[in-house]
Amino acid sequence: MSILEVTNLTKKFGGLTANQDVTMNIEAGSITAVIGPNGAGKTTFFNMITGVYQPTSGDIKLEGKSLLGLKPDEVAKRGISRTFQNIRLFGEMSVIENVLVGMHIGLKTGLLGIFLNLPTTKKEELLAEKEAYRLLEHFELAPFLNEKACNLSYGAQRKLEIARALATKPKLLLLDEPAAGMNPAETRELTEIIKNMGKEFNVSVLLIEHDMKLVMEISEHIFVLDHGEKIAEGNPEEIRTNTKVIEAYLGSGAVQTV
Amino acid sequence: MLLEMLQSLPQVLIDGLALGAVYAVVALGYTMVYGILQLINFAHGEIFMTGAFIGTAFFILLMGMGWVSSVPQIVVLIVVLVVTACLTGLLGMGIERVAYRPLRNAPRLIPLITAIGISFILQDVIRFIAELSSGNYIVTGPSLFTNQLTINFSSISSIFNDASFKTSFLIVLVTAVILMISLDYFINRTKWGTAMRAVALDRETASLMSINVNKTISITFFIGSALGGATGVLFAVQYGTIDPFIGFILGMKAFIAAVLGGIGNIRGAMLGGILLGLLEMFASANLSLLTGGVFGAEYKDVFAFSILILVLIFKPEGLLGKPTAEKV
Repeated sequence: MSILEVTNLTKKFGGLTANQDVTMNIEAGSITAVIGPNGAGKTTFFNMITGVYQPTSGDIKLEGKSLLGLKPDEVAKRGISRTFQNIRLFGEMSVIENVLVGMHIGLKTGLLGIFLNLPTTKKEELLAEKEAYRLLEHFELAPFLNEKACNLSYGAQRKLEIARALATKPKLLLLDEPAAGMNPAETRELTEIIKNMGKEFNVSVLLIEHDMKLVMEISEHIFVLDHGEKIAEGNPEEIRTNTKVIEAYLGSGAVQTV
Repeated sequence: MLLEMLQSLPQVLIDGLALGAVYAVVALGYTMVYGILQLINFAHGEIFMTGAFIGTAFFILLMGMGWVSSVPQIVVLIVVLVVTACLTGLLGMGIERVAYRPLRNAPRLIPLITAIGISFILQDVIRFIAELSSGNYIVTGPSLFTNQLTINFSSISSIFNDASFKTSFLIVLVTAVILMISLDYFINRTKWGTAMRAVALDRETASLMSINVNKTISITFFIGSALGGATGVLFAVQYGTIDPFIGFILGMKAFIAAVLGGIGNIRGAMLGGILLGLLEMFASANLSLLTGGVFGAEYKDVFAFSILILVLIFKPEGLLGKPTAEKV
């Protein structure tokens, strides 16, 4: 069963076409990667899925329901969450508060409950804090819970972003270059985290990544974008030997010598 | 000279605290809106004024009913405070929806000018209604909480004079403190407070984390305006006579308080308000003494604005604000 169906998705910024007729199916419970050279339109693609941009044409369906016309917070409520290429944590907030922001959606209480200080509201806030703590423990961030997010190390900030995204209890998690700027040890740790995420959090993963070792190791399926168009898809082995992909990355000269 | 200043100190502290508490709560409205929209909502002073009028109208209405006189005054006050806070909160929310939201992505100067326009509209509408219903836009409410209390500071040390105040002073102070503590709890400990801080820090990321940005901004306006309106009621109880122009100068002072504490910073606004109230009362009690009669108590506003200028020159980020590095 597919969790996300994208059909003929096109995005134009004036005369510039960032995505052209991109069609892809993402299987529920899978780890899927989108790769492509810089400027291939990968981040624009993510921005359309999350509702930041509205596509010029085409459709996006999560579990069979179209996401077109929804605002980012509504898309998030449907069950899509993301991390960012350049980390965008709430730097001035504490580590646990960042995760609590992600839990906002799960808390049912309205303003009235807060003003009247109802016991159910308090109980719910407390439960949320406990759950946030469990998430932080999972990512080995619990010792820093009251630290300001901007004071964490780079690798820890990346992990916190993933924890915050998971706090919204997504069905589909988009990771935009999760390993960017990480050292090899941090990348190895991250690889394990992503690999196990599907089972532990019951989430499908779609990631953009340039670290090919990571991509080949964890992805079940790979899509390749170039100049806004999908040029190939398949499992890691198929992508590795695809001439179009090699051409896009290395130029046509490389294909003949291979 | 020092002796005379010390003598009046207890009275200055009491008057200053009550005035400062009013500034502080109104300053919260400025600072919350600035924090989330980077907009200086100049209409906030008029929301305060509207609150004073709604509150006074309610008092007059309630006092006109015979059975109310058997209800304790404090209960009447609480009812009036809650109703007025809700009404001004809705007013603030409506203003945001109609006047500021369509300009969300416009250059910052444009909503600022809109805010000034809104404040003129509120002034004139209130004046119109007041004149229509009572024939005069200067309105005097029923006098409440007028018991005179005295604290015997002279028994502590003969340097001090006794300080005296009306019960209403106490009520202003206590209510303002309760409002501030509740707001601080709300902002730091509840889900909507967390959402507000998240939206203030990064609107787009907050929306991607499932936070409804428009709703959060509406709530911010509701709370800021409700606090402003409630303070208006307190002001009316304290001073008795109000007119549609009280919001202007008080709004300015509260704005100074917000800047003094660091605009966008909630605790800064509280600190700035209390400090400004104390300084202003100190100035009004001692200016003529300090300058040998050249400047009198009527120069206390000049004193307040001088503080604004000094803060902007020497610590533009305010007492509790963080300096922002210029982005190159």
